[in-house]
Amino acid sequence: MTTAVKTDAALFELALRMGDNALILAQRVGAWCGHAPILEEDIALANVALDLIGQTKMWLGLAGEIEGKGRSADDLAFLRDARAFRNSLLVEQPNGDFAMTLMRQFLFDAFHHPMLVGLKSSADARIAEIAEKAEKEARYHRERSEDLVIRLGDGTEESRARMQGALDALYPFAGELALADAIDAELATRKIAPDLAAIGARVCDYLKTVFAEATLNAPWDAAVRKGGKQGAHSEELGYILAEMQWLQRAYPGAKW
Amino acid sequence: MYAQMVKSTGERPKTLDEMSPEERAFQARVDADIKIEPKEWMPEGYRKTLIRQIGQHAHSEIVGQLPEGNWITRAPTLDRKAILIAKVQDEAGHGLYLYCAAETLGISRDEMTEQLLSGKAKYSSIFNYPTLTWADIGAIGWLVDGAAIMNQVQLQKCSYGPYSRAMVRICKEESFHQRQGYDIMMKLCAGNAEQKEMAQDALNRWWWPSLMMFGPSDKDSVHSAQSMAWKIKPMSNDELRQKFVDQTAPQAEYLGLKIPDPVLKWNEAKKGYDFGEIDWNEFYEVLKGDGPCNKERMAARRKAWTDGQWFRDGLMAHARKKRARKMAAE
Repeated sequence: MTTAVKTDAALFELALRMGDNALILAQRVGAWCGHAPILEEDIALANVALDLIGQTKMWLGLAGEIEGKGRSADDLAFLRDARAFRNSLLVEQPNGDFAMTLMRQFLFDAFHHPMLVGLKSSADARIAEIAEKAEKEARYHRERSEDLVIRLGDGTEESRARMQGALDALYPFAGELALADAIDAELATRKIAPDLAAIGARVCDYLKTVFAEATLNAPWDAAVRKGGKQGAHSEELGYILAEMQWLQRAYPGAKW
Repeated sequence: MYAQMVKSTGERPKTLDEMSPEERAFQARVDADIKIEPKEWMPEGYRKTLIRQIGQHAHSEIVGQLPEGNWITRAPTLDRKAILIAKVQDEAGHGLYLYCAAETLGISRDEMTEQLLSGKAKYSSIFNYPTLTWADIGAIGWLVDGAAIMNQVQLQKCSYGPYSRAMVRICKEESFHQRQGYDIMMKLCAGNAEQKEMAQDALNRWWWPSLMMFGPSDKDSVHSAQSMAWKIKPMSNDELRQKFVDQTAPQAEYLGLKIPDPVLKWNEAKKGYDFGEIDWNEFYEVLKGDGPCNKERMAARRKAWTDGQWFRDGLMAHARKKRARKMAAE
Protein backbone atom coordinates (compact mmCIF):
# COMPACT_ATOMS: atom_id res chain seq x y z
CA MET A 1 0.00 0.00 0.00
CA THR A 2 2.83 2.37 0.95
CA THR A 3 4.56 1.51 -2.32
CA ALA A 4 1.40 2.31 -4.28
CA VAL A 5 1.16 5.80 -2.78
CA LYS A 6 4.85 6.47 -3.46
CA THR A 7 4.44 5.32 -7.08
CA ASP A 8 1.59 7.70 -7.59
CA ALA A 9 3.60 10.58 -6.15
CA ALA A 10 6.46 10.19 -8.61
CA LEU A 11 4.10 9.88 -11.58
CA PHE A 12 2.13 12.86 -10.36
CA GLU A 13 5.34 14.90 -10.16
CA LEU A 14 6.34 13.92 -13.69
CA ALA A 15 2.97 14.96 -15.11
CA LEU A 16 3.14 18.26 -13.21
CA ARG A 17 6.70 18.99 -14.33
CA MET A 18 5.83 18.38 -17.97
CA GLY A 19 2.51 20.22 -17.73
CA ASP A 20 3.80 23.20 -15.77
CA ASN A 21 6.72 23.72 -18.16
CA ALA A 22 4.25 23.81 -21.04
CA LEU A 23 1.79 26.06 -19.22
CA ILE A 24 4.22 28.68 -17.95
CA LEU A 25 6.07 28.85 -21.26
CA ALA A 26 2.74 29.20 -23.13
CA GLN A 27 1.79 31.99 -20.75
CA ARG A 28 5.02 33.83 -21.53
CA VAL A 29 4.94 33.24 -25.28
CA GLY A 30 1.24 34.10 -25.55
CA ALA A 31 1.96 37.59 -24.27
CA TRP A 32 3.76 38.36 -27.55
CA CYS A 33 0.54 38.23 -29.59
CA GLY A 34 0.35 41.45 -31.57
CA HIS A 35 3.77 42.69 -30.48
CA ALA A 36 6.21 40.52 -32.47
CA PRO A 37 8.78 42.03 -34.88
CA ILE A 38 6.95 40.78 -37.96
CA LEU A 39 3.51 39.37 -38.70
CA GLU A 40 4.85 35.88 -39.47
CA GLU A 41 6.32 35.76 -35.95
CA ASP A 42 3.02 36.79 -34.37
CA ILE A 43 1.51 33.80 -36.11
CA ALA A 44 4.36 31.41 -35.31
CA LEU A 45 4.49 32.33 -31.62
CA ALA A 46 0.73 31.93 -31.32
CA ASN A 47 1.16 28.47 -32.83
CA VAL A 48 3.78 27.51 -30.30
CA ALA A 49 1.65 28.84 -27.43
CA LEU A 50 -1.36 26.92 -28.73
CA ASP A 51 0.57 23.65 -28.95
CA LEU A 52 1.86 24.16 -25.42
CA ILE A 53 -1.62 24.88 -24.03
CA GLY A 54 -2.85 21.69 -25.71
CA GLN A 55 -0.03 19.76 -24.06
CA THR A 56 -0.78 21.43 -20.72
CA LYS A 57 -4.33 20.16 -20.89
CA MET A 58 -3.13 16.60 -21.46
CA TRP A 59 -0.40 16.61 -18.79
CA LEU A 60 -2.36 18.37 -16.09
CA GLY A 61 -5.44 16.29 -16.93
CA LEU A 62 -3.32 13.20 -16.35
CA ALA A 63 -1.83 14.69 -13.16
CA GLY A 64 -5.34 15.18 -11.78
CA GLU A 65 -6.24 11.62 -12.71
CA ILE A 66 -3.12 10.20 -11.04
CA GLU A 67 -3.72 12.28 -7.95
CA GLY A 68 -7.27 10.96 -7.71
CA LYS A 69 -8.70 13.87 -5.73
CA GLY A 70 -10.98 15.09 -8.49
CA ARG A 71 -8.86 18.09 -9.51
CA SER A 72 -9.18 19.01 -13.19
CA ALA A 73 -6.45 20.46 -15.42
CA ASP A 74 -8.03 23.89 -14.87
CA ASP A 75 -8.03 23.43 -11.09
CA LEU A 76 -4.35 22.58 -11.20
CA ALA A 77 -3.51 25.48 -13.51
CA PHE A 78 -5.55 28.18 -11.85
CA LEU A 79 -5.82 27.22 -8.19
CA ARG A 80 -2.35 26.16 -7.12
CA ASP A 81 0.05 28.62 -5.52
CA ALA A 82 3.64 29.13 -6.62
CA ARG A 83 5.21 26.54 -4.29
CA ALA A 84 3.11 23.78 -5.84
CA PHE A 85 4.25 24.57 -9.38
CA ARG A 86 6.91 22.26 -10.79
CA ASN A 87 8.13 24.08 -13.91
CA SER A 88 11.83 24.75 -14.40
CA LEU A 89 13.17 28.24 -13.71
CA LEU A 90 14.00 28.67 -17.41
CA VAL A 91 10.42 28.91 -18.66
CA GLU A 92 9.38 31.51 -16.10
CA GLN A 93 12.13 33.95 -17.09
CA PRO A 94 10.76 37.21 -18.54
CA ASN A 95 10.18 37.69 -22.26
CA GLY A 96 12.80 40.44 -22.47
CA ASP A 97 13.57 41.38 -26.05
CA PHE A 98 12.82 38.97 -28.88
CA ALA A 99 16.33 37.49 -28.56
CA MET A 100 15.61 36.46 -24.95
CA THR A 101 12.27 34.96 -25.95
CA LEU A 102 13.85 33.00 -28.80
CA MET A 103 16.81 31.78 -26.79
CA ARG A 104 14.58 30.68 -23.91
CA GLN A 105 12.43 28.80 -26.41
CA PHE A 106 15.42 27.21 -28.11
CA LEU A 107 17.01 26.03 -24.86
CA PHE A 108 13.67 24.58 -23.80
CA ASP A 109 12.97 22.93 -27.17
CA ALA A 110 16.49 21.45 -27.22
CA PHE A 111 15.55 19.50 -24.09
CA HIS A 112 11.82 19.07 -24.65
CA HIS A 113 12.07 17.15 -27.90
CA PRO A 114 14.49 14.38 -26.79
CA MET A 115 12.63 14.16 -23.47
CA LEU A 116 9.37 13.49 -25.29
CA VAL A 117 11.06 11.01 -27.60
CA GLY A 118 12.18 9.17 -24.45
CA LEU A 119 8.72 9.34 -22.91
CA LYS A 120 7.18 7.76 -26.01
CA SER A 121 8.53 4.43 -24.76
CA SER A 122 7.35 4.98 -21.20
CA ALA A 123 6.16 1.92 -19.27
CA ASP A 124 3.06 3.98 -18.45
CA ALA A 125 0.76 3.88 -21.49
CA ARG A 126 -0.92 7.20 -20.66
CA ILE A 127 2.40 9.00 -20.61
CA ALA A 128 3.55 7.32 -23.81
CA GLU A 129 0.33 8.39 -25.49
CA ILE A 130 0.70 12.07 -24.58
CA ALA A 131 4.38 12.02 -25.57
CA GLU A 132 3.44 10.52 -28.94
CA LYS A 133 1.22 13.52 -29.71
CA ALA A 134 3.44 16.20 -28.19
CA GLU A 135 6.70 14.97 -29.73
CA LYS A 136 5.69 15.97 -33.26
CA GLU A 137 4.90 19.51 -32.11
CA ALA A 138 8.11 19.77 -30.09
CA ARG A 139 10.13 18.62 -33.10
CA TYR A 140 8.68 21.41 -35.17
CA HIS A 141 9.28 23.95 -32.38
CA ARG A 142 12.91 22.89 -32.15
CA GLU A 143 13.44 23.12 -35.90
CA ARG A 144 12.00 26.60 -35.95
CA SER A 145 13.99 27.82 -32.95
CA GLU A 146 17.21 26.29 -34.23
CA ASP A 147 16.79 27.93 -37.59
CA LEU A 148 16.22 31.37 -36.06
CA VAL A 149 19.08 31.03 -33.56
CA ILE A 150 21.47 30.22 -36.41
CA ARG A 151 20.21 32.98 -38.67
CA LEU A 152 20.28 35.67 -35.99
CA GLY A 153 23.55 34.49 -34.45
CA ASP A 154 25.14 34.62 -37.88
CA GLY A 155 23.25 37.76 -38.97
CA THR A 156 24.28 41.33 -38.22
CA GLU A 157 26.63 42.45 -35.48
CA GLU A 158 23.65 43.62 -33.46
CA SER A 159 21.62 40.44 -33.88
CA ARG A 160 24.66 38.40 -32.89
CA ALA A 161 25.29 40.56 -29.81
CA ARG A 162 21.67 40.27 -28.72
CA MET A 163 21.59 36.49 -29.18
CA GLN A 164 24.90 36.13 -27.34
CA GLY A 165 23.57 38.29 -24.48
CA ALA A 166 20.45 36.16 -24.28
CA LEU A 167 22.52 32.97 -24.27
CA ASP A 168 24.78 34.30 -21.48
CA ALA A 169 21.75 35.22 -19.40
CA LEU A 170 19.70 32.09 -19.98
CA TYR A 171 22.16 29.24 -20.37
CA PRO A 172 22.61 28.87 -16.58
CA PHE A 173 18.90 27.98 -16.37
CA ALA A 174 19.07 25.29 -19.07
CA GLY A 175 20.90 22.73 -16.93
CA GLU A 176 18.00 22.25 -14.55
CA LEU A 177 15.85 20.59 -17.21
CA ALA A 178 18.12 17.56 -17.43
CA LEU A 179 19.30 17.53 -13.82
CA ALA A 180 17.89 14.41 -12.17
CA ASP A 181 16.63 14.35 -8.60
CA ALA A 182 15.41 11.32 -6.62
CA ILE A 183 12.04 11.41 -8.40
CA ASP A 184 13.67 11.34 -11.83
CA ALA A 185 15.91 8.50 -10.72
CA GLU A 186 12.93 6.49 -9.53
CA LEU A 187 11.01 7.13 -12.73
CA ALA A 188 14.01 6.04 -14.81
CA THR A 189 14.43 2.85 -12.81
CA ARG A 190 10.79 2.03 -13.34
CA LYS A 191 11.16 2.77 -17.09
CA ILE A 192 8.48 5.43 -16.86
CA ALA A 193 10.83 8.23 -17.94
CA PRO A 194 14.20 8.23 -19.72
CA ASP A 195 17.52 8.58 -17.92
CA LEU A 196 18.00 12.34 -17.68
CA ALA A 197 21.79 12.17 -17.69
CA ALA A 198 21.70 10.55 -21.12
CA ILE A 199 19.21 13.15 -22.38
CA GLY A 200 21.41 15.91 -20.94
CA ALA A 201 24.50 14.61 -22.77
CA ARG A 202 22.58 14.46 -26.03
CA VAL A 203 21.24 17.99 -25.54
CA CYS A 204 24.75 19.25 -24.87
CA ASP A 205 26.12 17.77 -28.11
CA TYR A 206 23.22 19.19 -30.03
CA LEU A 207 23.67 22.69 -28.53
CA LYS A 208 27.38 22.63 -29.37
CA THR A 209 26.64 21.94 -33.04
CA VAL A 210 23.95 24.62 -33.32
CA PHE A 211 25.89 27.30 -31.43
CA ALA A 212 28.96 26.66 -33.58
CA GLU A 213 26.91 27.29 -36.70
CA ALA A 214 25.32 30.33 -35.07
CA THR A 215 28.78 31.66 -34.12
CA LEU A 216 27.68 31.86 -30.47
CA ASN A 217 29.56 30.77 -27.34
CA ALA A 218 27.67 29.24 -24.44
CA PRO A 219 29.05 29.72 -20.92
CA TRP A 220 29.36 25.94 -20.57
CA ASP A 221 30.81 26.04 -17.08
CA ALA A 222 28.30 28.45 -15.56
CA ALA A 223 26.69 27.30 -12.30
CA VAL A 224 23.31 25.69 -12.90
CA ARG A 225 20.39 27.73 -11.55
CA LYS A 226 17.81 25.31 -10.29
CA GLY A 227 14.94 24.70 -7.90
CA GLY A 228 11.80 25.16 -9.95
CA LYS A 229 11.25 21.43 -10.43
CA GLN A 230 11.00 21.12 -6.66
CA GLY A 231 8.85 24.22 -6.25
CA ALA A 232 11.60 26.70 -5.29
CA HIS A 233 10.98 29.34 -7.94
CA SER A 234 12.32 32.71 -8.94
CA GLU A 235 10.30 35.79 -7.99
CA GLU A 236 8.91 35.85 -11.52
CA LEU A 237 6.44 33.03 -11.00
CA GLY A 238 4.30 34.83 -8.43
CA TYR A 239 3.55 37.60 -10.92
CA ILE A 240 2.82 35.14 -13.70
CA LEU A 241 0.28 33.37 -11.49
CA ALA A 242 -1.23 36.61 -10.17
CA GLU A 243 -2.06 37.53 -13.76
CA MET A 244 -3.01 34.10 -15.04
CA GLN A 245 -5.18 33.10 -12.07
CA TRP A 246 -6.84 36.47 -11.52
CA LEU A 247 -10.37 35.68 -12.69
CA GLN A 248 -10.54 32.28 -11.04
CA ARG A 249 -9.37 33.78 -7.76
CA ALA A 250 -11.58 36.88 -7.93
CA TYR A 251 -14.78 34.94 -8.67
CA PRO A 252 -14.45 31.65 -6.79
CA GLY A 253 -16.51 28.83 -8.27
CA ALA A 254 -17.72 30.81 -11.29
CA LYS A 255 -18.00 28.96 -14.62
CA TRP A 256 -16.46 30.61 -17.66
CA MET B 1 -16.12 45.65 -41.13
CA TYR B 2 -12.96 46.89 -41.02
CA ALA B 3 -12.84 49.36 -43.85
CA GLN B 4 -15.08 52.04 -42.53
CA MET B 5 -14.62 55.28 -44.36
CA VAL B 6 -12.64 54.65 -47.50
CA LYS B 7 -11.95 57.66 -49.65
CA SER B 8 -12.66 56.94 -53.29
CA THR B 9 -12.23 59.41 -56.12
CA GLY B 10 -14.50 61.91 -54.40
CA GLU B 11 -16.33 62.33 -57.70
CA ARG B 12 -19.69 60.97 -58.71
CA PRO B 13 -19.39 57.87 -60.90
CA LYS B 14 -18.97 58.68 -64.60
CA THR B 15 -21.84 57.97 -66.93
CA LEU B 16 -21.18 55.55 -69.79
CA ASP B 17 -20.98 58.50 -72.19
CA GLU B 18 -18.27 60.16 -70.13
CA MET B 19 -16.12 57.03 -70.02
CA SER B 20 -13.18 56.24 -72.29
CA PRO B 21 -13.54 53.01 -74.30
CA GLU B 22 -11.25 51.25 -71.80
CA GLU B 23 -13.31 52.44 -68.85
CA ARG B 24 -16.49 51.38 -70.60
CA ALA B 25 -15.15 47.88 -71.26
CA PHE B 26 -14.01 47.68 -67.63
CA GLN B 27 -17.40 48.78 -66.28
CA ALA B 28 -19.13 46.26 -68.57
CA ARG B 29 -17.09 43.45 -67.01
CA VAL B 30 -17.88 44.68 -63.51
CA ASP B 31 -21.59 44.93 -64.38
CA ALA B 32 -21.54 41.39 -65.77
CA ASP B 33 -20.02 40.17 -62.47
CA ILE B 34 -16.78 39.09 -64.11
CA LYS B 35 -13.93 39.31 -61.58
CA ILE B 36 -11.14 41.78 -62.23
CA GLU B 37 -7.71 40.16 -61.90
CA PRO B 38 -4.36 41.80 -61.03
CA LYS B 39 -2.84 41.94 -64.51
CA GLU B 40 -5.90 43.45 -66.18
CA TRP B 41 -6.35 47.10 -67.01
CA MET B 42 -8.27 49.03 -64.35
CA PRO B 43 -9.02 52.70 -63.76
CA GLU B 44 -6.41 54.36 -61.52
CA GLY B 45 -9.18 55.42 -59.11
CA TYR B 46 -10.35 51.81 -58.78
CA ARG B 47 -6.83 50.66 -58.01
CA LYS B 48 -6.20 53.40 -55.45
CA THR B 49 -9.55 53.00 -53.73
CA LEU B 50 -9.01 49.26 -53.42
CA ILE B 51 -5.52 49.74 -51.99
CA ARG B 52 -7.00 52.06 -49.37
CA GLN B 53 -9.88 49.72 -48.61
CA ILE B 54 -7.85 46.51 -48.42
CA GLY B 55 -5.06 48.32 -46.56
CA GLN B 56 -7.52 49.67 -43.98
CA HIS B 57 -8.97 46.22 -43.61
CA ALA B 58 -5.53 44.62 -43.17
CA HIS B 59 -4.39 47.26 -40.67
CA SER B 60 -7.57 46.70 -38.68
CA GLU B 61 -6.77 43.01 -38.39
CA ILE B 62 -3.28 43.85 -37.13
CA VAL B 63 -4.32 46.53 -34.64
CA GLY B 64 -7.29 44.33 -33.75
CA GLN B 65 -4.89 41.81 -32.21
CA LEU B 66 -4.17 44.25 -29.40
CA PRO B 67 -7.47 44.64 -27.49
CA GLU B 68 -8.08 40.89 -27.47
CA GLY B 69 -4.44 39.95 -27.04
CA ASN B 70 -4.69 42.01 -23.87
CA TRP B 71 -6.65 39.14 -22.27
CA ILE B 72 -4.62 36.13 -23.43
CA THR B 73 -2.60 35.99 -20.24
CA ARG B 74 -5.76 36.39 -18.12
CA ALA B 75 -8.21 34.06 -19.90
CA PRO B 76 -10.06 32.17 -17.17
CA THR B 77 -9.62 28.55 -18.33
CA LEU B 78 -7.16 26.61 -20.47
CA ASP B 79 -9.80 26.15 -23.17
CA ARG B 80 -10.68 29.84 -23.23
CA LYS B 81 -7.00 30.69 -23.43
CA ALA B 82 -6.45 28.33 -26.35
CA ILE B 83 -9.52 29.62 -28.21
CA LEU B 84 -8.50 33.22 -27.70
CA ILE B 85 -4.95 32.61 -28.89
CA ALA B 86 -6.31 30.79 -31.94
CA LYS B 87 -8.64 33.68 -32.65
CA VAL B 88 -5.98 36.38 -32.36
CA GLN B 89 -3.74 34.23 -34.52
CA ASP B 90 -6.49 34.08 -37.15
CA GLU B 91 -6.62 37.88 -37.15
CA ALA B 92 -2.89 38.02 -37.86
CA GLY B 93 -3.44 35.47 -40.64
CA HIS B 94 -6.23 37.61 -42.12
CA GLY B 95 -3.88 40.57 -42.06
CA LEU B 96 -1.37 38.50 -43.99
CA TYR B 97 -3.84 37.43 -46.74
CA LEU B 98 -5.10 40.98 -47.06
CA TYR B 99 -1.63 42.50 -47.37
CA CYS B 100 -0.94 39.90 -50.06
CA ALA B 101 -4.17 40.85 -51.85
CA ALA B 102 -3.20 44.53 -51.71
CA GLU B 103 0.29 43.71 -53.01
CA THR B 104 -1.28 42.49 -56.24
CA LEU B 105 -2.29 46.13 -56.82
CA GLY B 106 1.30 47.36 -56.79
CA ILE B 107 2.04 48.38 -53.20
CA SER B 108 4.37 46.55 -50.79
CA ARG B 109 3.58 45.39 -47.27
CA ASP B 110 6.37 47.59 -45.92
CA GLU B 111 4.87 50.65 -47.62
CA MET B 112 1.48 49.86 -46.12
CA THR B 113 3.04 49.36 -42.67
CA GLU B 114 4.77 52.71 -43.06
CA GLN B 115 1.39 54.31 -43.87
CA LEU B 116 -0.19 52.77 -40.78
CA LEU B 117 2.61 53.81 -38.45
CA SER B 118 2.77 57.36 -39.79
CA GLY B 119 -0.98 57.71 -39.27
CA LYS B 120 -1.62 58.18 -43.00
CA ALA B 121 -3.61 54.96 -43.31
CA LYS B 122 -6.60 54.31 -41.07
CA TYR B 123 -7.92 51.26 -39.27
CA SER B 124 -11.34 50.60 -37.79
CA SER B 125 -12.40 52.91 -34.96
CA ILE B 126 -13.61 49.93 -32.92
CA PHE B 127 -10.10 48.91 -31.89
CA ASN B 128 -9.58 52.19 -30.10
CA TYR B 129 -11.81 51.10 -27.24
CA PRO B 130 -10.34 49.34 -24.19
CA THR B 131 -11.02 45.75 -23.09
CA LEU B 132 -11.69 46.17 -19.39
CA THR B 133 -13.17 42.84 -18.35
CA TRP B 134 -13.36 39.27 -19.63
CA ALA B 135 -16.89 40.00 -20.85
CA ASP B 136 -15.37 42.42 -23.37
CA ILE B 137 -13.77 39.43 -25.09
CA GLY B 138 -17.23 37.91 -25.42
CA ALA B 139 -18.76 41.18 -26.60
CA ILE B 140 -16.03 41.68 -29.21
CA GLY B 141 -16.59 38.23 -30.67
CA TRP B 142 -20.34 38.59 -30.66
CA LEU B 143 -20.72 42.21 -31.78
CA VAL B 144 -17.49 43.25 -33.48
CA ASP B 145 -16.97 40.02 -35.37
CA GLY B 146 -20.71 39.94 -36.01
CA ALA B 147 -20.51 43.36 -37.64
CA ALA B 148 -17.36 42.35 -39.52
CA ILE B 149 -19.09 39.29 -40.97
CA MET B 150 -22.04 41.40 -42.09
CA ASN B 151 -19.65 43.45 -44.18
CA GLN B 152 -17.38 40.68 -45.31
CA VAL B 153 -20.10 38.34 -46.52
CA GLN B 154 -21.12 40.91 -49.11
CA LEU B 155 -17.46 41.57 -49.96
CA GLN B 156 -17.12 37.97 -51.12
CA LYS B 157 -18.95 39.31 -54.18
CA CYS B 158 -16.51 42.19 -54.60
CA SER B 159 -15.40 42.77 -58.20
CA TYR B 160 -11.68 42.39 -57.43
CA GLY B 161 -10.72 38.70 -57.60
CA PRO B 162 -7.95 38.48 -54.97
CA TYR B 163 -9.94 40.48 -52.40
CA SER B 164 -13.11 38.53 -53.01
CA ARG B 165 -11.28 35.21 -52.64
CA ALA B 166 -9.53 36.37 -49.44
CA MET B 167 -12.99 37.21 -48.07
CA VAL B 168 -14.34 33.72 -48.72
CA ARG B 169 -11.63 32.27 -46.53
CA ILE B 170 -11.83 34.98 -43.89
CA CYS B 171 -15.61 34.66 -43.55
CA LYS B 172 -15.35 31.01 -42.58
CA GLU B 173 -13.05 31.89 -39.70
CA GLU B 174 -15.02 34.94 -38.64
CA SER B 175 -18.17 32.94 -38.10
CA PHE B 176 -16.22 30.73 -35.69
CA HIS B 177 -15.06 33.90 -33.93
CA GLN B 178 -18.55 35.18 -33.55
CA ARG B 179 -19.76 31.88 -32.15
CA GLN B 180 -16.98 31.78 -29.55
CA GLY B 181 -17.85 35.34 -28.50
CA TYR B 182 -21.51 34.52 -28.15
CA ASP B 183 -20.58 31.39 -26.24
CA ILE B 184 -18.62 33.47 -23.72
CA MET B 185 -21.67 35.74 -23.33
CA MET B 186 -23.98 32.74 -22.83
CA LYS B 187 -21.72 31.35 -20.11
CA LEU B 188 -21.62 34.73 -18.36
CA CYS B 189 -25.38 35.23 -18.62
CA ALA B 190 -25.98 31.77 -17.18
CA GLY B 191 -23.51 32.51 -14.39
CA ASN B 192 -23.69 34.42 -11.13
CA ALA B 193 -24.94 37.99 -10.63
CA GLU B 194 -21.48 39.50 -11.01
CA GLN B 195 -20.95 37.69 -14.29
CA LYS B 196 -24.29 38.86 -15.66
CA GLU B 197 -23.48 42.39 -14.66
CA MET B 198 -20.13 42.07 -16.40
CA ALA B 199 -21.91 40.91 -19.58
CA GLN B 200 -24.44 43.78 -19.48
CA ASP B 201 -21.70 46.31 -18.86
CA ALA B 202 -19.74 45.00 -21.86
CA LEU B 203 -22.81 45.25 -24.08
CA ASN B 204 -23.41 48.81 -22.84
CA ARG B 205 -19.91 49.85 -23.81
CA TRP B 206 -19.56 47.95 -27.10
CA TRP B 207 -23.01 48.43 -28.65
CA TRP B 208 -22.64 51.92 -30.09
CA PRO B 209 -19.01 51.57 -31.17
CA SER B 210 -20.09 48.38 -33.01
CA LEU B 211 -22.78 50.28 -34.91
CA MET B 212 -20.16 52.89 -35.81
CA MET B 213 -18.14 50.17 -37.54
CA PHE B 214 -20.46 50.47 -40.54
CA GLY B 215 -19.23 54.01 -41.19
CA PRO B 216 -21.09 57.31 -41.65
CA SER B 217 -24.75 57.32 -42.53
CA ASP B 218 -25.50 57.05 -46.27
CA LYS B 219 -26.46 60.69 -46.54
CA ASP B 220 -22.96 61.68 -45.33
CA SER B 221 -21.06 59.00 -47.18
CA VAL B 222 -19.56 60.86 -50.12
CA HIS B 223 -17.45 58.04 -51.43
CA SER B 224 -19.98 55.25 -51.50
CA ALA B 225 -21.58 55.82 -54.92
CA GLN B 226 -18.38 55.26 -56.91
CA SER B 227 -17.39 52.25 -54.78
CA MET B 228 -20.82 50.74 -55.28
CA ALA B 229 -20.68 51.31 -59.05
CA TRP B 230 -17.34 49.49 -59.07
CA LYS B 231 -18.78 46.75 -56.88
CA ILE B 232 -16.10 47.04 -54.27
CA LYS B 233 -18.79 47.89 -51.75
CA PRO B 234 -21.90 45.97 -52.71
CA MET B 235 -24.18 47.30 -49.95
CA SER B 236 -24.54 50.72 -48.33
CA ASN B 237 -23.50 51.55 -44.75
CA ASP B 238 -27.06 52.02 -43.54
CA GLU B 239 -28.34 48.83 -45.18
CA LEU B 240 -25.62 46.82 -43.46
CA ARG B 241 -26.17 48.56 -40.12
CA GLN B 242 -29.89 47.78 -40.28
CA LYS B 243 -29.17 44.13 -41.05
CA PHE B 244 -26.78 43.98 -38.10
CA VAL B 245 -29.29 45.46 -35.66
CA ASP B 246 -32.02 43.12 -36.94
CA GLN B 247 -29.77 40.12 -36.41
CA THR B 248 -28.35 41.17 -33.05
CA ALA B 249 -31.39 42.47 -31.14
CA PRO B 250 -33.00 39.01 -30.79
CA GLN B 251 -29.63 37.55 -29.75
CA ALA B 252 -29.41 40.09 -26.91
CA GLU B 253 -32.93 39.21 -25.88
CA TYR B 254 -32.05 35.51 -25.83
CA LEU B 255 -29.14 36.31 -23.50
CA GLY B 256 -31.44 38.33 -21.27
CA LEU B 257 -29.42 41.49 -21.87
CA LYS B 258 -30.73 44.95 -22.63
CA ILE B 259 -29.38 46.88 -25.60
CA PRO B 260 -28.52 50.40 -24.38
CA ASP B 261 -30.88 52.20 -26.77
CA PRO B 262 -34.25 53.45 -25.45
CA VAL B 263 -35.49 53.95 -29.01
CA LEU B 264 -34.80 50.39 -30.15
CA LYS B 265 -38.08 48.78 -31.10
CA TRP B 266 -39.42 46.26 -33.64
CA ASN B 267 -41.19 48.00 -36.51
CA GLU B 268 -43.69 45.60 -38.04
CA ALA B 269 -44.26 47.78 -41.10
CA LYS B 270 -40.62 47.79 -42.19
CA LYS B 271 -39.98 44.29 -40.80
CA GLY B 272 -36.94 45.59 -38.99
CA TYR B 273 -35.91 47.42 -35.85
CA ASP B 274 -36.01 51.16 -35.40
CA PHE B 275 -33.00 52.35 -33.47
CA GLY B 276 -31.50 55.54 -32.08
CA GLU B 277 -29.02 57.93 -33.63
CA ILE B 278 -25.31 57.26 -33.28
CA ASP B 279 -23.24 59.89 -31.50
CA TRP B 280 -21.46 61.03 -34.64
CA ASN B 281 -19.24 63.42 -32.69
CA GLU B 282 -17.74 60.47 -30.88
CA PHE B 283 -17.36 58.60 -34.19
CA TYR B 284 -15.39 61.43 -35.84
CA GLU B 285 -13.31 62.05 -32.69
CA VAL B 286 -12.19 58.43 -32.59
CA LEU B 287 -11.44 58.46 -36.31
CA LYS B 288 -9.43 61.62 -35.88
CA GLY B 289 -7.27 59.89 -33.27
CA ASP B 290 -8.89 61.06 -30.05
CA GLY B 291 -10.57 57.83 -28.95
CA PRO B 292 -9.86 56.17 -25.61
CA CYS B 293 -6.97 54.02 -26.91
CA ASN B 294 -5.78 55.48 -30.24
CA LYS B 295 -2.48 56.63 -28.76
CA GLU B 296 -1.80 53.32 -27.01
CA ARG B 297 -2.67 51.20 -30.05
CA MET B 298 -0.38 53.14 -32.34
CA ALA B 299 2.38 53.26 -29.73
CA ALA B 300 2.20 49.47 -29.38
CA ARG B 301 2.41 48.94 -33.14
CA ARG B 302 5.30 51.41 -33.51
CA LYS B 303 7.15 49.77 -30.63
CA ALA B 304 6.72 46.30 -32.14
CA TRP B 305 8.05 47.56 -35.47
CA THR B 306 10.96 49.59 -34.07
CA ASP B 307 12.01 46.98 -31.52
CA GLY B 308 11.88 44.34 -34.24
CA GLN B 309 14.16 46.18 -36.66
CA TRP B 310 17.29 44.30 -35.55
CA PHE B 311 15.43 41.00 -35.96
CA ARG B 312 14.37 41.74 -39.52
CA ASP B 313 17.82 43.12 -40.39
CA GLY B 314 19.50 40.06 -38.88
CA LEU B 315 17.46 37.68 -41.02
CA MET B 316 18.15 39.69 -44.16
CA ALA B 317 21.89 39.83 -43.41
CA HIS B 318 21.99 36.08 -42.88
CA ALA B 319 20.21 35.48 -46.17
CA ARG B 320 22.78 37.66 -47.97
CA LYS B 321 25.70 35.84 -46.31
CA LYS B 322 24.24 32.51 -47.24
CA ARG B 323 23.79 33.55 -50.85
CA ALA B 324 27.35 34.89 -51.01
CA ARG B 325 28.75 31.64 -49.53
CA LYS B 326 26.77 29.60 -52.01
CA MET B 327 28.05 31.64 -54.92
CA ALA B 328 31.64 31.42 -53.67
CA ALA B 329 31.31 27.65 -53.45
CA GLU B 330 29.99 27.29 -57.01
